Amino acid sequence: MKKNVFSLNDEIRSIYINPNETLLEVLRDKLGVKSPKCGCDSGDCGACTVLIDGKSVRSCLILAIEVDGSTISTLEGISKDGLSPLQKAFHEHNVFQCGYCAPGMILSATELLKKNPHPSEHDIKEAIAGNLCRCTGYIPVIEAILDFTKKD
Amino acid sequence: MAIPYEFGYQKPATLQEAIALLAEHDKNARILAGGTDLVNELKQGFRVPEILIDIKGITELKNIQLVDDQLEIGALVTFSEILHSKILHDNAYILFEAAGLVASNGVRNRATMVGNICSAVACMDSASPLLVHDAVIHLISSQGERNVPIQKWFDDNRKTTIRPNELVTHVSIPIPKVKYAGAYQKMMRYSGEDLSQANVGVLLFADNTVHVAFGSVGPIPKRSPKIENLLKAKGLSADTIEEAKQMIEKVIAPITDVRASKEYRLHMCKVMFVRALNTAQARIKKPKLITKKLHYEKKCLQSE
Repeated sequence: MKKNVFSLNDEIRSIYINPNETLLEVLRDKLGVKSPKCGCDSGDCGACTVLIDGKSVRSCLILAIEVDGSTISTLEGISKDGLSPLQKAFHEHNVFQCGYCAPGMILSATELLKKNPHPSEHDIKEAIAGNLCRCTGYIPVIEAILDFTKKD
Repeated sequence: MAIPYEFGYQKPATLQEAIALLAEHDKNARILAGGTDLVNELKQGFRVPEILIDIKGITELKNIQLVDDQLEIGALVTFSEILHSKILHDNAYILFEAAGLVASNGVRNRATMVGNICSAVACMDSASPLLVHDAVIHLISSQGERNVPIQKWFDDNRKTTIRPNELVTHVSIPIPKVKYAGAYQKMMRYSGEDLSQANVGVLLFADNTVHVAFGSVGPIPKRSPKIENLLKAKGLSADTIEEAKQMIEKVIAPITDVRASKEYRLHMCKVMFVRALNTAQARIKKPKLITKKLHYEKKCLQSE
């Protein structure tokens, strides 16, 4: 076991970790952060997406021991003070049905908008690719993000 | 799925420390960079390592740089970093183009190009661009340094010529002396994220020399000297291109698997070869054409 220290949703956390634990397992089972989901467990579906130092990554493909010293954000951090404006846009557009893909979609969109506040439809598709949705499809996600950037 | 066995973990801060660890553990060690292939392999338990050596602390492996007439891409350079590199955009556009087609953004933020060619899964995207550019792989071990031309790098599906105690430091690409333009074509079931069912890389030079590589249509990606020699000898007339297209049947031997049949792969290789050649010809005449598709990436280009 090794002691890891990292920032999780603006709080410094220190925790003992085995090298064989994935970040997804540690977040969900040891730290109680449940927004990242275990979908495919092989990096294809995007349900486990978190932001490390602002970049969206697949937490099922990262060992928790690797994130020592990093800054991690999950949906819990983004919505700390209630729904973020981007989440409200998703809400207004009835983007989700079951919600399993929601954390990954919202975090991917958050990363995109930080780098590129006025993305084209192509940019949005590129950014959310790899987040698989089996309920409402992708059109409402794209519309919500486009609508949000127009209000901005 | 939890990883059902234990292993050690070290994160050396220098290349020397990493090499010493590799020498100590030899084939029981695995190098960890982006981990997008490795963590999947660990879950599946193909090869159980004694120790993972995380090289992400070695800053000298993070560079993309132009040294004299050599482009150097460090072992830790991710596909996202390739897509933000003005040096690569301007000097090896085909690699830039291929990087944009690797998996999805969330994987590209982590996965490295060097990791891609070290995993050497037959459907990788980096190999064809590196093959047409005559890239060289630079390795280091406790015994010293070694360079391997990319044409001699791949042994089989998931097998390369790397030795157990070696570490790839970077890949270098010689910048051609004449004007050149490349194009990459990838066949996928759906756009956004998928492994390639087949891919073709073409690099065209101002003297009409052509380099052609085919990927995901055999255990290892390959250049085709036969097609290259034909085009060199007879030029790029419509008849010669047709002749080259028909020759593809003799130079590649794809298999049928869950993602595509061999007939479909073969047919599409012919189509993609012509598309790539046409695109490269258009680009060599009008270099500005190349940024149309990746406009967002272009906005984010940074000068190193």
